[in-house]
Amino acid sequence: MQRYILGKKNQITLVSAILIVLGFYGRFGLDNTILFNVSLIIASILGIAPIAIQAYQALKVKVVSIDVLVTIAVVGAILIQNYEESAIVTFLFLFGAYLEQRTLNKTRSAIKELTELAPESAWKQMEDGEFEEVDVDEVDEGDILLVKTGAKVPVDGTVLTGEGHINEASITGESIPVSKANGSEVFAGTILENGTIQIQADRVGEDTTFGQIIELVEEAQDSKSAAERFIDRFSKYYTPAVLVLGIIVWLFTNNVELAITVLVLGCPGALVIGVPVSNVSGIGNGARNGVLLKGSEVINDFSKVDTIVFDKTGTLTIGNPEVAEKEFYGKNTKEVLGYLASVERESDHPLAKAVLQDIGETEFSTVEETEVVKGGGIVAKVNGHRIAVGNVALMEQENVVLNDKARKDVERFEQNGNSLVLTTVDGELKVLMGIRDQIRPGVKQDLQALKKLGVKNLVVLSGDNQGTVDLVARELGLTEAHGHMLPEEKSAYIENLQAEGEIVAFVGDGVNDSPSLALADIGIAMGSGTDVAIETSDVVLMNSDFSRLPHALGLTKSTARNMKQNIIIAVGVVAILLAALLFSNWMNMSIGMLVHEASILVVIFNGMRLLRYHLRGNKTETETIAETNASMAKTKNAT
Amino acid sequence: MQKATIHLETLSCPSCLQKIENAVKGLDGIEKDSVKVMFNSSKVKTDFNSETVGIENIEKAIEDLGYPVIKSKVKSA
Repeated sequence: MQRYILGKKNQITLVSAILIVLGFYGRFGLDNTILFNVSLIIASILGIAPIAIQAYQALKVKVVSIDVLVTIAVVGAILIQNYEESAIVTFLFLFGAYLEQRTLNKTRSAIKELTELAPESAWKQMEDGEFEEVDVDEVDEGDILLVKTGAKVPVDGTVLTGEGHINEASITGESIPVSKANGSEVFAGTILENGTIQIQADRVGEDTTFGQIIELVEEAQDSKSAAERFIDRFSKYYTPAVLVLGIIVWLFTNNVELAITVLVLGCPGALVIGVPVSNVSGIGNGARNGVLLKGSEVINDFSKVDTIVFDKTGTLTIGNPEVAEKEFYGKNTKEVLGYLASVERESDHPLAKAVLQDIGETEFSTVEETEVVKGGGIVAKVNGHRIAVGNVALMEQENVVLNDKARKDVERFEQNGNSLVLTTVDGELKVLMGIRDQIRPGVKQDLQALKKLGVKNLVVLSGDNQGTVDLVARELGLTEAHGHMLPEEKSAYIENLQAEGEIVAFVGDGVNDSPSLALADIGIAMGSGTDVAIETSDVVLMNSDFSRLPHALGLTKSTARNMKQNIIIAVGVVAILLAALLFSNWMNMSIGMLVHEASILVVIFNGMRLLRYHLRGNKTETETIAETNASMAKTKNAT
Repeated sequence: MQKATIHLETLSCPSCLQKIENAVKGLDGIEKDSVKVMFNSSKVKTDFNSETVGIENIEKAIEDLGYPVIKSKVKSA
C-alpha cells in the first residue's frame, strides 16, 4: 500500500492540481463554497499521503526530514480549516519534487552518457567450443570471447586471433582507430570498427580500465568538500531546529497559522541540493571534455591555484626526442657506435631510444656489469672496455677530461637546447650527441590562456640541462625554469613553494613524477587512460591532451563560483522569507512554499549552466573532435 | 566480510541519503563505518557480515523506505 501510493506520486500531483483548479472555479465561478472546500480537502488529503508516508519512514530511522515539517504544517492547516493553504502547499511540494527529479537527471546526464558506454553483453566461448551471447557480468578472467565488427569490446584482454581496427575514444579520447592483431591489448568499452577478433579476458567488470574511470568519476561526483560536509552536519540539526522553532512560536503566540508557516518557510531544500548539483555538473562537463576531476575538494583547490609547475619531457614537449646534432672524437667510430647501441639497448630511457633510432643497424656486443647511475647515465663493460654513457655529471664522476674542442661542443649543444649524451670508452670521450625534443603544438597558447585565467607563476622543472630548459622556457614564456633536477629535488622545490603559502599544481606524465604529483596541492597527470597516474593524481587529462588544461582550470573556477552562488541563493531565500514573515503581512504558507520550491529549481538551473561551459575564445579543434566523438558514440549506442 | 554495491532508482532529495544511511546502519551485521550512500550515482555501498545479515535484508530495508532497488552486486572483501 505504502509503495503503491509512493509509486503513484506523479498521478496524485496531477489529480490534486485538477482538484485545486476545480475548487477555485467553484468558489469564484459558481460561488459554491461547498465545492471549494470539498475539492481542496480531497486534494490536501491525497497530496499529504505520500509526504506523510515518507515522513513516517524518516522518523522511524530517527531523521527529521523536510517531509516531517511539511506534514505537520499541512495537518495543522487542515485542523484550523485553512484548506486553501493545505492543498496548495502539498501540491507545490509534490510538483517541486517532480521538477527537481527531472532537472537533476539533466545535471547527471554527462556522467550517465559515460556509464552508458559500458558494454553489456559478450560472446563467450562455451565448453562445446561454440560462442554464445551472455551478460557481461558472466565473463570471468581467462574466458575466451569473440568480438564482432561494430561491437564493443566487453572486457580488458589480449587478442588471441584475428585482427581489426579499434576506436579507443572512450578510453583515450583519440578517435583515430588503432590497429590490433595477435598479442595486442584491447580495452573494455572501445569499439571494433572492422574485422573480427577473439580475445582472452584479462580484467573484467570494475577492474577494467573503463570500469575504473567510471568508478573514479562516480566517486568524484559524490565526494564532499569540507564546506559540503559542514552543510550536511548543519542541515542534520537545522531541520529539527526549525521544528523546535515552530513549536516555540506556537507556545508563545498561540497562533497556529504563524507556527506552521515557520515550518514551511524554514525548509532547507536549496541549501542541501545546491552544492551537489554544481559539483555533478562540473565533473560531468569535465568527463565529457577529457578532464577527470576527482571530487569537489579538487575543484576548490584547483580554482585557487597560484603556481603551476610543469615537467618538461612528455608534458611541454612531445616526449619523443630525436638526435639533432652529433660530434665524433678519435677513430673507430663504427665500433664505438656498436658499443653505445649495445649499452643503450638495455635501457628504456627516452634518450636511449633516440640514440638507438639514430644509430640504426649495427653490430651488437654482449654487455656486462651494467650499472645505472641515477640522474647520470649508464656504466657497463663491453668486450673488456669500460663504457660510460650519460650526461656531463656522469663524466665528472668518471673523471673524464674534456679537451677544449669537446668543451666548446658541449657548450654549443647545450645552448641549442639539446640534452647531451656523452659516450666514453675507457675514460676517453668518443661521441657527443645532442638530443632535442619538440614542443607540443599549441602549448604556447594554452599557457597564455592559463595566465589569463589568473595563474601567477608558470614553472618548468626538468632533469635536463639548464640550456634546454631555458630555451623551452623562453619560447613558451614561462616565468621560471630549472634544469638538472632529480625527482626528489622537484618535490623539494614544490614543498618550498607551499611553505611560502602558494597553492601549487604539478603537471607531469606520472611515470617518474609520482612524488611531485602526490605532494602538490593538485596533481595533474597527463594520462593516456591506461596509466597508474590516474590513481595518484587529482586531475587527469585524458589522452595526454595538454590543451585540456585551460579548460580544466576555467571549469573548476566556474564550478567553485557556481557553488558559492548556490549557497548564497539558498541562505538568502530563507533569510528573506523569515524576515518577510516577521516584518510584513503578505507572507503566508503558500507563497513561502512557492518561493522555496522556486529557489530549488533556480539552484539546479544555475548548476546546469556548467554542463555547457567552455572556455571563451579557446574552442580548440580537439574539442570539436571530442564532441563529434561523443555524438558518434551516442548514435552507435542507440543502434 | 562481503562488500555490497546496491543500485537504486534515481535519488532526488538529499535528505533521502540520511534516511537510507540510518536504515542500513540500523541492521545487524553491517560494518557501520563502511556505509556510503552516493547521491549523484544513486548507489549504496557497504561492507557486511554475510553470516548475520543477507543482501536481501539490506535491500528490503532500503525498499521499505520507498526507494526501489534496481540491482545489487556482492563481492567478497
